[in-house]
Amino acid sequence: MSVNPTSAEIAEKATEKPACETVEPQGAGGDAPLVAAPALRRSEEVLLAVDNVSLGFGGVKALTDVSFDIRKGEIRAIIGPNGAGKTSMLNCINGFYHPTEGRITFRGETRRKMRPYEAAAGGIARTFQNVALFKGMSTLDNIMAGRSLKMKANLFWQILRFGPAMREEVAHRRVVEDIIDFLQIQAIRKTPVGKLPYGLQKRVELGRALAMEPDLLLLDEPMAGMNLEEKEDMSRFILDVNNHFGTTIALIEHDMGVVMDLSDRVVVLEYGRKIADGTPDEVKRDQKVIDAYLGVPH
Amino acid sequence: MNLLHQIFIEPFAFMGEAPDLLLQVLWEGFVSGILYALIALGFVLIFKASGVFNFAQGIMVVFAALTLVGFHAMGVPAILALALAIGVMFLLAVTVERVVLRPLVNQPDIILFMATFGITYFLIGFGELIFGGEPKQMITSELMLPQGRTSFDVAGGFVAVQHIDVAAAVIAVIMIATLGIFFSKTRIGRALRAVADSHKAALSVGISLNQIWVIVWFAAGIVALVTGIMWGARSDVSFALQIIALKALPVLILGGFTSIPGAIVGGLIIGFGEKLAEFYWGPIVGGGIESWFAYVIALIFLVFRPQGLFGEKIIERI
Repeated sequence: MSVNPTSAEIAEKATEKPACETVEPQGAGGDAPLVAAPALRRSEEVLLAVDNVSLGFGGVKALTDVSFDIRKGEIRAIIGPNGAGKTSMLNCINGFYHPTEGRITFRGETRRKMRPYEAAAGGIARTFQNVALFKGMSTLDNIMAGRSLKMKANLFWQILRFGPAMREEVAHRRVVEDIIDFLQIQAIRKTPVGKLPYGLQKRVELGRALAMEPDLLLLDEPMAGMNLEEKEDMSRFILDVNNHFGTTIALIEHDMGVVMDLSDRVVVLEYGRKIADGTPDEVKRDQKVIDAYLGVPH
Repeated sequence: MNLLHQIFIEPFAFMGEAPDLLLQVLWEGFVSGILYALIALGFVLIFKASGVFNFAQGIMVVFAALTLVGFHAMGVPAILALALAIGVMFLLAVTVERVVLRPLVNQPDIILFMATFGITYFLIGFGELIFGGEPKQMITSELMLPQGRTSFDVAGGFVAVQHIDVAAAVIAVIMIATLGIFFSKTRIGRALRAVADSHKAALSVGISLNQIWVIVWFAAGIVALVTGIMWGARSDVSFALQIIALKALPVLILGGFTSIPGAIVGGLIIGFGEKLAEFYWGPIVGGGIESWFAYVIALIFLVFRPQGLFGEKIIERI
């Protein structure tokens, strides 16, 4: 682990979320079991629970009665063949889609409808399958945009760019520079992101999500279209984020090697239904999963 | 041969002979350039934040000026009328966001563009209903804007400077500088650009589209009000003023739709170009160059630099 979080703010955050042995009864997720298995690094506390969620567009059912949970501090993979509803699931969690049936409980709060703005304010950050960056803006500005919710100076000071607005700008810039160091993208901080190669764009997008200091980080195919070296880099960043900042991560990924190495638990979707849920080893041996990926002989 | 002489020699000889006239023309060009820049600024604001060419900007200028004059005609003191007019522009921004933009979120740009036509014709009708169609006098002196003119003796002749023009130039420069910094260096400025680039990415980092749209339409409304006061002071406040929206198009093509410095440089080029062309080359074709010269400049620019002088380069990775 060559990267050290230098920012006081980030360091503080990391200590706020100790390993599972000392789970604080935070009120959130009240009925979740708080007994931590000493052998496990992870907490048993449920951060996000998806209960019987269904999602339909007109006649098409994208998700049918899906339930699973994400525990605090773990890396949770969502896998499945193309069109299985993985991205729809993420869109439900961060409020882009509203489930037609079922509930999603985040930090003990249950909701049917949540706007993306509220999800972001509640501590859910995400990246996108096809990279959604602010193309005309520099790397620095993109990551600074991730700090939007943390910055509070009002419109008046901002127009003058003076007093509180200026102090705030400097403080947040420091955090952003730390993130840039962490992701090793110092060289491209002033480059408009539209000009960057795909692998770097994915990294900037991760940086923007990290700038939100999320409790739950949703990564939609963070390694799609990357070569082996880029995949290794990205895997290392994901593990570092999880270890250093204690961020809970839910990721969609197609590369089975990556999924098996990174994740603590895996949920498998097929045609909008959950077909398996468990540790990578359990899932790998599950007959339904093998059938879904390799096809069933007729 | 005679024509070439008329185009390439005579105007320049004339400029040399009467430097005071040249200065006067340049000053006029500067002032109208600044005012064009101000109009273009209103377009740039909305284009930056929503990627939409706001056809209603021209009528917003008229509407803002009419509101100001209208309140004053009702007996409200000028300063209070100004504050009320700003309030009305805010209400307009909120209404546009709520009634037009929010239901049309994620629609193609052309749909939003057409919606701004709707806003235009609504404001024309609504404005005429409330304030009547006849031209009105801008309340220049009540707003404590300077009037009158000063003449400077230059090179054997004189240059006359209208005080209102000086005030217009100063106010426009301050506004443009403030908005420029606001856009490039602050959280809300960044959020505005973020919204322009990608709605879903902006939503995912917790930027509220609705709030940003209100801010941007309000800012455009303020710019419209200032533009209305300045243009109204030079002519009348009437619905004919809205065609200045079309004058802003060549400025935008020159400066780039997304650039605030571009709006000011573009405005100045058009302003200078127009006045010089009209005064020195106009007589060759019997005058009237002013009304179409800007579009010719814009056309030439489109061929060589479609993104404008300062526009963000169109980056498309394939």
